[in-house]
Amino acid sequence: MKRALFALLLIAAPLHADSDLPPSRWANEQLPNARQEAAATVLMQEIRCLVCQGQSIADSDAELAGDMRALVRERIARGERPEAVRAWLIERYGAWVSYRPPLEPLSWPLWVAPVGLLALGGWLLRGRFRKRA
Amino acid sequence: MSRARFIPLIVFALIVVAVAWRLAVPRDDRVASRLEGQQLPSFALPPALLGKSGLRSGDLAQGTPRLLNIFASWCVPCAAEAPALMELMRRGVAIDAIAIRDRPEDVAVFLAQHGDPFTRIGSDAGSRVQIALGSSGVPETFVIDGRGVIRAQHIGPIMPQDVAGILMALEDAK
Repeated sequence: MKRALFALLLIAAPLHADSDLPPSRWANEQLPNARQEAAATVLMQEIRCLVCQGQSIADSDAELAGDMRALVRERIARGERPEAVRAWLIERYGAWVSYRPPLEPLSWPLWVAPVGLLALGGWLLRGRFRKRA
Repeated sequence: MSRARFIPLIVFALIVVAVAWRLAVPRDDRVASRLEGQQLPSFALPPALLGKSGLRSGDLAQGTPRLLNIFASWCVPCAAEAPALMELMRRGVAIDAIAIRDRPEDVAVFLAQHGDPFTRIGSDAGSRVQIALGSSGVPETFVIDGRGVIRAQHIGPIMPQDVAGILMALEDAK
């Protein structure tokens, strides 16, 4: 029995497990207020889907992403500021859930890397310039 | 010049090492809730099926540690963890549950098939409480202490080998 269940688990893993319930009301429906919808869209493009972890909730077809879009739209329709909604999500899932990385010691390499790589490139080319001269 | 010649080779070797390392040690893509150590967010969910009570956050703060299981009838790993949950119930563990995006008739069939270790089951049709808990999928199980503080989180199905760890977490939460 246990082995059969485990075998089932192996077969089921690659499938997208979905419920039979329809998407939440505001998952795929725009807010009537265009300014609120625009604010919600900007935020939804910057919140990471917890299921398809490379996608934003705006892009993802996962049910949880749909429910998160509904949550974002409802809160913004209620008058909450997008940054407050983002902070609420970060409180639960960590800064990882937002595509806007905060400036903190852990993310310094991220911000310094482009400058560092440019400097490394210049240093590697240094010999070539000297030889021509 | 002679030493600089090897730099591309060294960079290439570093890339190979990085790739080989990630292949050998795959990334852990589980997303842990940041609410561990904090009070449960307050919620009130309607019953997930007839004849069973729904779930409020206050139900989980009654003096003794409890488990809060996040499951769904459409979730295959949830069926896989059912025997372990039944075993925990037999050992006297109080378990409440939240059914995600589920229908009463489907929950009833699931429990008839796999056993019902739950005291109360709340229905979270829009995943709102799941998101409020910082849970990112089904199944997940939270260890809640007597004051309603989240003390531990188990992500994925509880397999027979996890039962001892869950019991220990419940003991720690006393």
